[in-house]
Amino acid sequence: MLNYIIKRLLLALLILIGVSVLIYMLSMLMPADYIDNQTAAALANGSMTMEDVNHLKKLYGLSDKSIIGILKSYLSWLKSTFTGDLGFSFLYGKPVKTVLGEYVWTSFIIAFISYILQIIIAIPLGVKAAVRQYGPYDYTVSVFAMIGTALPSFFLAALLMNVFSIRLGIFPLQGLTTATKVFAPDAHIRIFLDKAWHLVLPITVLTVLNVGSTMKFTRTNMLEVLNSDYIRTARAKGLSETTVVYKHAFRNTLIPLVTSLSSMLPSLFGGAMITETVFAIPGIGYMALRATLQGDIPFIMGYNMFLSILTVSGMLLSDLMYMVVDPRVKLS
Amino acid sequence: MLQTEQSYTDFNDEAVLEQNFRVISPGRMVAKRFFKSKLSVAGLIMIIFVFAFSFIGPMIIDATWGYKETQVFRIERVSDMVTTADFTGPDGKTYTYFDKSKTVVLFKAPISSEHWLGTDTSGFDIFTRLMYGGRISLIISFIVIFLEIFIGVILGGLAGYFGKWVDQLIMRIVDIFASLPGLPILLILSATISSIESIPAEHRIYYLMAFITLMGWTGAARIVRGQILMLREQEFMMAAETTGIKTMHKIFRHLVPNTMPQLIVSATLGLGGVILYESTLSYLGLGVPFPRAAWGSMIALADPSKGQEILASYPNMWVPAGILIVITVLGFSFIGDGLRDAFDPRMKR
Repeated sequence: MLNYIIKRLLLALLILIGVSVLIYMLSMLMPADYIDNQTAAALANGSMTMEDVNHLKKLYGLSDKSIIGILKSYLSWLKSTFTGDLGFSFLYGKPVKTVLGEYVWTSFIIAFISYILQIIIAIPLGVKAAVRQYGPYDYTVSVFAMIGTALPSFFLAALLMNVFSIRLGIFPLQGLTTATKVFAPDAHIRIFLDKAWHLVLPITVLTVLNVGSTMKFTRTNMLEVLNSDYIRTARAKGLSETTVVYKHAFRNTLIPLVTSLSSMLPSLFGGAMITETVFAIPGIGYMALRATLQGDIPFIMGYNMFLSILTVSGMLLSDLMYMVVDPRVKLS
Repeated sequence: MLQTEQSYTDFNDEAVLEQNFRVISPGRMVAKRFFKSKLSVAGLIMIIFVFAFSFIGPMIIDATWGYKETQVFRIERVSDMVTTADFTGPDGKTYTYFDKSKTVVLFKAPISSEHWLGTDTSGFDIFTRLMYGGRISLIISFIVIFLEIFIGVILGGLAGYFGKWVDQLIMRIVDIFASLPGLPILLILSATISSIESIPAEHRIYYLMAFITLMGWTGAARIVRGQILMLREQEFMMAAETTGIKTMHKIFRHLVPNTMPQLIVSATLGLGGVILYESTLSYLGLGVPFPRAAWGSMIALADPSKGQEILASYPNMWVPAGILIVITVLGFSFIGDGLRDAFDPRMKR
């Protein structure tokens, strides 16, 4: 068991180093970096010369774009990353770690609430759909779930904004706080309510998009259990259908369900790039999209590595949860 | 099928047998199961509709009215602009000031019999652009999925057959690519391509396809490898071994064709995913470049950061594109699910 975990951890480290090499190469190959973007205007009107720009680039470690130069700067990036220093964001003027720490919580709260809603909605629907396989209930729920997964986030967001913000005027269009309202700094409850009011639509979008896959997953696994021998045995000895479904079948469906749901936990910190951007909510995804479009290399590196770490830890978590939840699984 | 026919020769009267048995080939059996499911038929109809709309539609428009996606229509329309402002007069009362002016608008024509969905902010016919947008989305998704399968079959096939260090090496590369954050990396790559001036805008689509492939081939490789690991232990492979054929033949003639059912299912389900990726990139202005039409960039007109006018008052510009994306993605997933059930009834999901 311990050996297995150590092996998996080493493998995860190897994957992360590979990922970091790839991302670093890609972002360094971006031809227009942040310095170019910022100095283009100054260069054009003559207030800066090419030499100034090159000097600036040298200061930021962006001057040498040959393979060896990139390799050298990658090694220095790797070294400082292992000491916990992710560098300094050009765009936001703060250390990358600080920016990540500041904005990740907004994203996490949105994602976490939507995650809880997803579980509450998807599991009962999935179980019921499996019990009534190929009935009208199953078809209706499955089709709606699939429509949810087929919707592009920006389209659903635009539809909701059109109906609820513009036509009905119930929810605000964009942002996290109302710009025209001024709250006393100690009016915590009112500030909280204002923010919550702004987050209703983004949370709805994320929930609608993701509820389908969890529902389908529940239905699939529930069906698999319902077709197994011990369920036939349970029925044969005359147990009521409710007991069979909810006590015998559902409990066994929980094994894959808990595994997959817990592997989703790390990704809740990653932010929803498109949804946050459409609603102009200052979460980590929104900040990252801006940084990517502007060529802020330290932030791009930091954010993408952060995402990869979340993915890899999600995989680790699902392996471990599988062992914890299912007593039959013994890994070597 | 051949075998069963041979065994018939033992009987004298084949006609009697014909009445009692019907020989169905595996392919027909799959087709029969596929068409039995209502959802897969619905999916097939949806996809046929989208294909006809996107490939035959432009031809009809071009032949009848003779214009393409970038034809600009200037339709004059007088629109009343009323601006109001409140001010407090010298007598202390509040007055409301109305400024009514007439402006001539050339673009954003409303729905009419010539332009079924009106024209957009650049004066392009929206209905025609929907067709061209669909064409580009469908072409991109099919090419990307084909390339993904191609790479996946080769790398997954080698990893699964040879095992040991080949497997280790290939699967670690797969792990690395699978751990890359998809959308952010695609954004970096697309932003890079659109800022290189030596690459003409119309070539950007090819790079786009290569990038989406690069981010997505790992799924196919994993499926092929997993299947081959299982298949190579089976008896028919032992038989292939004893005939002494070449390794490459063993892999690509005997093993890979057996992974096809699984691959076809995952490819069909993947088509929708590629369309969503492509439309997201187009939405952000990093996909199919203007003035070519793409569903994603048509919805981007409704982005409230650029002003609420279109989002609020011109749903004809962005709602149809969104509906078409949903129909296409949904159609592919219905077909994919239907195929999965049809190929292996035990696997009913």
